[in-house]
Amino acid sequence: MQRHEQAVWDETGSEGYEPLLSEKDRTTVDVDYEELPDDLTRETLELPALSEPEIARHYTRLSQMNYGIDSGPYPLGSCTMKYNPKFTEDVAARTEAAVHPDRPEESVQGTLQLYHELQESLGRIGGMDAVTLQPPAGAAGEFTGILVAKAYHERNGEGERRSEVIVPSSAHGTNFASAAMAGYDVVELPGDDDGRIDLEALRSAVGEETAALMLTNPNTLGLFERDIEEIATVVHDAGGLLYYDGANLNALLGRARPGDMGFDIMHYNVHKTFATPHGGGGPGAGPIGVTEELRPFLPSPQVEARDGRYELVEPEHSIGKVHGAMGNWLVLIKTHAYIRRLGDSGLRDTSAKAVLNANYLASQIDLEIPFGPFHHEFVASAGERDAADFAKRMLDYGVHPPTTKWPEIVSEALMTEPTEAESKTTLDQLAGAFNAVASEDEETVAAAPEKTSARYIDQTSAARNPHLSWHALSDDA
Amino acid sequence: MSHHTQLSRATRTTGESTGSPFAPHSEADVETMLQAIDAESVEELFDIPSSVRFDGEFGIDAASEQEVVRQVAEVLGRNDSATEFLGRGRYDHYVPSLVDHLADRSEFLTSYTQYQPEITQGFLQALFEYQSLLVELTGLEVANCSMYDAATALGEVATLSQRVRSVTGDRVLVPDVLRDERRAVLENYVSGASLAVEEYPTTDGVVEPDALEDVLDGDVALVYVENPTTTGLIQEHLEEIGEHLAEADAMFCLGSDPVALSLLRTPASIGADAVIGDASVLGLGTAYGTSLGLFACKEEYLRQVPGRLVGASQDESGHRAYTLTLQTREQHIRRERATSNICTNQAWVALRTAIHAAVLGPDGLVDLAKNCHRLPEALARELDEIEGIAAPVRDGYHFREFRASVEPDVADLVSELYAEGFAVHATDADTIQICVTDANENQAEELVAAIEEVVA
Repeated sequence: MQRHEQAVWDETGSEGYEPLLSEKDRTTVDVDYEELPDDLTRETLELPALSEPEIARHYTRLSQMNYGIDSGPYPLGSCTMKYNPKFTEDVAARTEAAVHPDRPEESVQGTLQLYHELQESLGRIGGMDAVTLQPPAGAAGEFTGILVAKAYHERNGEGERRSEVIVPSSAHGTNFASAAMAGYDVVELPGDDDGRIDLEALRSAVGEETAALMLTNPNTLGLFERDIEEIATVVHDAGGLLYYDGANLNALLGRARPGDMGFDIMHYNVHKTFATPHGGGGPGAGPIGVTEELRPFLPSPQVEARDGRYELVEPEHSIGKVHGAMGNWLVLIKTHAYIRRLGDSGLRDTSAKAVLNANYLASQIDLEIPFGPFHHEFVASAGERDAADFAKRMLDYGVHPPTTKWPEIVSEALMTEPTEAESKTTLDQLAGAFNAVASEDEETVAAAPEKTSARYIDQTSAARNPHLSWHALSDDA
Repeated sequence: MSHHTQLSRATRTTGESTGSPFAPHSEADVETMLQAIDAESVEELFDIPSSVRFDGEFGIDAASEQEVVRQVAEVLGRNDSATEFLGRGRYDHYVPSLVDHLADRSEFLTSYTQYQPEITQGFLQALFEYQSLLVELTGLEVANCSMYDAATALGEVATLSQRVRSVTGDRVLVPDVLRDERRAVLENYVSGASLAVEEYPTTDGVVEPDALEDVLDGDVALVYVENPTTTGLIQEHLEEIGEHLAEADAMFCLGSDPVALSLLRTPASIGADAVIGDASVLGLGTAYGTSLGLFACKEEYLRQVPGRLVGASQDESGHRAYTLTLQTREQHIRRERATSNICTNQAWVALRTAIHAAVLGPDGLVDLAKNCHRLPEALARELDEIEGIAAPVRDGYHFREFRASVEPDVADLVSELYAEGFAVHATDADTIQICVTDANENQAEELVAAIEEVVA
C-alpha cells in the first residue's frame, strides 16, 4: 500500500494553515491623484504589499496543499481527469496566439486557420456537419445547443408549442439548468430498471410540446444506450431534436459517433475528452456540433475557408452570441494540438484503454457494481457505508476519490472513471485504496481524512454562516 | 516486464505508433488486464450495436510532439505582427513572469473543481483571496470566483435582477455604445426570462443623469453603466445616477475592471448593487478573447448569486479551512431551479489575476491605474497637434483609450495604418479609437509618426 501525506504549512499563531496574504501584510494606500477630481477617485486601497520572494513562497506552499492529476489518480466519474500533455501549454503560450479579438480577419489568418481546422476535426470526430467553438464550457455548450434547437423550432413556426425539454433523471445537473435558462419546462424522464432509457416512458413523454431530448451516451452509469436508434426515431417522429451531452465521449472515440446515432446537436467537453487542463475549475471549452439542417442557426461568427483565406461569417439565422469573443481560445489551441498529436490511431486507442481501465479496475475492487456492461466508467456502491465518508477515507491513501452519491439509482454511489492515462500499477494502487477502505472499521473511516493538508471540513456551518472574504473574517474578530 | 514496457514506450515516441502516447500500457499489461476481466480483446468490451459503430477514418494523422509544435507555430506565424492600439473592453498590461511560473505549477493547473476540499486547500485559499481582492476593489460584500467573461457576467446579472425580490421590473437598460458582442450575449441570457433589453442614450458613451432619468420608470429591473465607458471616458456623476436608480427601485450594475477599480470611486460608494467586467486585464491580457468574468454584488443577493463561492470554515482540528459553499444554489444540486447553469468556469484565470494583483500590491495597482489615465491624455494631446485630427473627441478624463475624429476617410486611414504595422479601431464614419497602456506605450511615438504620414 502506498504511503502519502500531503504538505501542511501550519504556522504557529495562525488560525488557519498557510496564512492568508492579508495576514502576512495589509497596507493601506491613500489614493490621492491630483490629475483627477476627488469625487472620481477612491480614497484608499488596502491590500497586501509583499515582495516577490514572499509571493513565490506563498503560492508554492498553496500549490503543495493542492492535488492535481500530476499528483496521482483522479477517477472522478464523468469528469475524465486524464493526464494533460505539457507541450500543449507551450503552444498556447506563443505570443502570436495572444492577439486582440478586434484584429481584422485578414491580419489573423493563422488564428482563423487553426480555428477552422479544429472546427473540422471535431466535426469528423463527432460525425457532425458543422461545429462552433464559441461556448466557453460544457454547460455553455448545452445552453448554446438548446438555443439552436429553440431557433430551429421558432423558424418552423413551432416555437410557442414546443415548450419542453426532456432530460433523463440520471443526467448531469447542467442539462436541467441549461434547458431552464433557455426558457424551457424540463420534463424528467425516469430510467429503466437496467439503468437505461425506458422506451415506453419516452414514448409517453414525447409529443407536440417536445423541443428536444438531452442524452448522455454512454450514460452516467457507463452504459451504452443500445436503443439509441429507436430513441432517435421516437424523438424525431414527435418533431423533437436529439441532443448529445459530450461528457462521456472519451468512451467512444473512433468507435461510434453521435452524428451516426441520430443526434442533431452535441457538445464536446474538450477539458475532458481532449485533455486540456481543468485548471481547478476552468477554463474549459464546450464546442457544439450540429447537423447540416441546423448549421444556419449556429452562433456568430463561424470561420469558413474560401479560396485559401479564412473568413468570419454570420450564419443565416444565427442565434447571435454566447461569449463576448470567440470562446476560450487558449484552451482551443491546446485541444487542436492534442488531437493532432494523437491522430486517428491515438484517438481510437484512447477509448480502448479508457474502457479497458474501467473494466479492469472494477474487477479488482470488492464493492458491488450493480449495472453493466459499462464502458469508460462504472458506479460502485459503498454499500452500508456513506459514500461521502468512504471518499474522505480514500484521500488518506494518496488517491483522489470518485464522484459520490450520484447517480442516485445506485445507493451510496461511487462513480468511477480512471481514464486511459493510468497504468496498471496505478490502477492496482487505486483498487488497493478502495479495498482498504471497504475493509476498515467504521471508526477509522469516520475519522478520515488524516493525511491531507486539512482535516474534515464542516461544509454545513460554512453555508450557514458564510465568510466569503478576508474582510468578513476580520469583521467577526 | 519492465524491459517490455521500456521497449514499447520507445516505439511510441517516434510518432508512428498505433496507440495513444499518453496511455501507459505495455502489451503485457493489456494481456494481464484482459485475463483479469475474462475478455479476449478490448473490442468485445464495447456494447455498441453494429449499426452505429464507426469503422471509418477521421483522416487525422498522428504526429510527434515536435511535429505538432512546428505545425502550430507555422500556422500561428501567419498572423501579421501588428502593434495593437486596441481596447474597447479588452486590455493588455505587462504580466509579470512570476504569474506564469506559479500558476503553471501542475498541482494548480491539473486539479479539478474543489469537491474534496481537504485535499484542495491551496486552490480554495487562492480563490478566497481572489474574492477578497474583488471585495476590496468594489466595496461590495460578495464576489464569486468567476464567470466566463464580461458579456456572460452581464447576462448573469440580468437574470439575477429578476430573481431578486426588491426589484420588480422587466426592462434591462444598457448604454447605446455597449459593444455588440456584449449586447448579443445578454439577449441570449435573458431569452428564457421575461426581460427585454433596451438601450438608453449616451453622449459619446457618457451617461448623463438627466437623460437616464427620462427613460426610467417603474418597469426597470436593471441599469448597466460602464466606468470607464466603452469610449474610454471616466464616467462622472455616478453618485447622482445611483440615486436615480435607487429611487426607481432598479438594480444598478457597474461595468469595470480591477485596474480601473484600483483608482476610481468604489462601486459601493456610488450605490452600485453589482459589478461585472473583465478581470483578466490582470493576469492574462487580451488572449484573443480568453477572459475572466468578474462578478460582485451586495450581500442581500447572496442566495441568488450565480457561480462558485469559496467560504472560510473550520476543519476538525479547529483550523480555519476553505470550502466551496452555498452549493444549494448550483446546478448539480438545484438542477432546473439553479441560479445558473455554470459549472466549469475560469478558476485558473482567477488564480492568475490574484497572483498578478499580489505582485503589484496596492501601490503598484494604483500606479498602473494612474498610468492608464496619463498615457491616453498625453497621446491625445500629441495627436491633436496633427492637422486633420482632433483628439480627444470629447473633453473629459480618459482611461487607457480615447476617440479621435479624423478628416480622411476612416476606413482608408485604418487600413493604411495597418499597412504601417499599427492596429487601431474604426469606431464610426469620422472617428477612430486608440488604446495605450504600458504594453504598447513604447510604440506610441511611432504610431504618431505613422498617423502624421498617413494624414499628410
